[in-house]
Amino acid sequence: MTRYVIKRLLLIIPMLIGISFILFVVMHLAPSDPASIKYGLNPEVSESARANFNKMYDLDKPVLVQYALWMKRFISFDFGRSFIDGRPVMEKIGTHLPATILLQVCSILVIFLVAIPIGVISAAKRGSLFDNAMTVLVFIGYAMPTFWLALLLIFFFGFKLQWFPISGMSPWYTAYLDGFGKVQDLLWHLVLPVVATAFGGLAALSRYSRSSMIEALGEKYILTARAKGLPEKRVVMHAFRNALMPIVTIMGLTLPALISGSFIFETIFAWPGMGRLGYEAIMNYDYPVVMGVAAIATFLTLLGIFISDMMYAVVDPRIRLEKHK
Amino acid sequence: MNKRILFGLIVITVMVASAVFAPFVATHNPLEMDLSPEGQLQGPSMSHFFGTDNLGRDVFSRMVYGARVSLSVGFIAVFISLVIGILLGGLSGYYGRWVDGLIMRLVEVMYCFPTFFLIMIVITFLGPSIVNVMIVIGLTSWAGLCRLVRAEFLTLRERDFVYSARVQGVSNKRIIFRHILPNAMAPIYVSATLSVGGAILIESALSFLGLGVQIPTPSWGNILTTGRMYINYAWWLTLFPGLAILITVLSFNLIGEGLREKLDPKLKERVN
Repeated sequence: MTRYVIKRLLLIIPMLIGISFILFVVMHLAPSDPASIKYGLNPEVSESARANFNKMYDLDKPVLVQYALWMKRFISFDFGRSFIDGRPVMEKIGTHLPATILLQVCSILVIFLVAIPIGVISAAKRGSLFDNAMTVLVFIGYAMPTFWLALLLIFFFGFKLQWFPISGMSPWYTAYLDGFGKVQDLLWHLVLPVVATAFGGLAALSRYSRSSMIEALGEKYILTARAKGLPEKRVVMHAFRNALMPIVTIMGLTLPALISGSFIFETIFAWPGMGRLGYEAIMNYDYPVVMGVAAIATFLTLLGIFISDMMYAVVDPRIRLEKHK
Repeated sequence: MNKRILFGLIVITVMVASAVFAPFVATHNPLEMDLSPEGQLQGPSMSHFFGTDNLGRDVFSRMVYGARVSLSVGFIAVFISLVIGILLGGLSGYYGRWVDGLIMRLVEVMYCFPTFFLIMIVITFLGPSIVNVMIVIGLTSWAGLCRLVRAEFLTLRERDFVYSARVQGVSNKRIIFRHILPNAMAPIYVSATLSVGGAILIESALSFLGLGVQIPTPSWGNILTTGRMYINYAWWLTLFPGLAILITVLSFNLIGEGLREKLDPKLKERVN
């Protein structure tokens, strides 16, 4: 088990290097000039100031040298400074990361707590009204442009019904609330972003757990369980444990999609997280921040996949006991 | 014919036809503005089916022209990813060994990366345009196809007809493209059909964020950008383009799923 864990952890390193290299090269080969974006056509900024700017950020060196320098700093978690406001990238990410993690963790929880029961019930009552309704919903879920869903949520629950706030995380008045009030207000602000973020994953995971359950319910041990005269509930539980395995791995695969979504949803809901930071950095051609966000996003994704691999080992004894072979 | 496939085909045919014959289907010039106070943000009516936007342009006509963008991005991006996926998946499955190892690592990188962020970065730095959007979506969405093709090749290359071709001295290239590939096409068609919907979703999200087709050229995504600004006053700007995306993607998915069932009767028995 320990060897398996270490092997999986070590795999993260080449992946990070590969992905950061691709991004770095794409960004630096592109025909855009950060100095002219920062200073524009401002005639007050002399040629030498521009050259200085390029020198300060190593932009005058060849791409490969720049990448090596970036990597060197990256190892000590130093992503350099933002082109726009000169603040360290790590500090910027540090202030934005908690909001993203909060949003993502809540979305994952919602996905799992809602999708798995839907899938299991659909499978156990195959062909029922509930199952058919869910199948239709899943088809719509797959085809839904989720940013549009976010707009609809804002329209109905924000403007028409005025049930939930439509943007931001902690407005000015939270400073006047006590601890409980703060949490309540935060949850209030979380509702719409979480629904929008979780929706795509909900469709995918409920479909997945349904087919995984159906497969498990067709196994011989289910026949045995039924033959023993176990109540249907226990029979379903038997299948559920085995159906859980593939469901757990899917979690790792939903993460890249969730993080991709955060760039859109955080922008729409003005959520002060890393997705919005990344979007704004891209719009400003702010290389160091873009690279920093990309590295952290990739790292989080890989970490998520690693965790789901570990969960897989926990639910599947065949992997856990491999060392005895 | 399967009901799902039929529904999907009808919708897609209507969409493609109206995109191709956009000048005849559109009721107004999609770029013509009406900046008079009565002209802007009109609700749906007989003269403007889906209302008008903030500059008084007819939303229905803009959507008809927008269909050109979405559909062409969908088809061409998938075509690019098909070419890459088949080539890499075929090589990987046929040759195995280090070729397979290398390509599969590449696939893993694509799987583990939040590709949408990569697409956003590349588009911004190359400059947003419809051609760049097609290319970048194509270049980032071949991983699933590659795995699928590889799996097909892995089983097919052990079949007798491949052995007999090899014994007769047929070249590897010919075996890959003439002997194995035609037998692997069925699942590739299914996967490609499903990918078209995915590509349309990505394109609309990019246009929505201002990274796709640039205004004044209309696309479903950039009409929604305006819709977001006026969401409180003009629901029609948000409702109709979104519905168009939903229905189009749904149709592609229905065709894909229908085809999958037809091709794999076992699946039908097991899952439905």
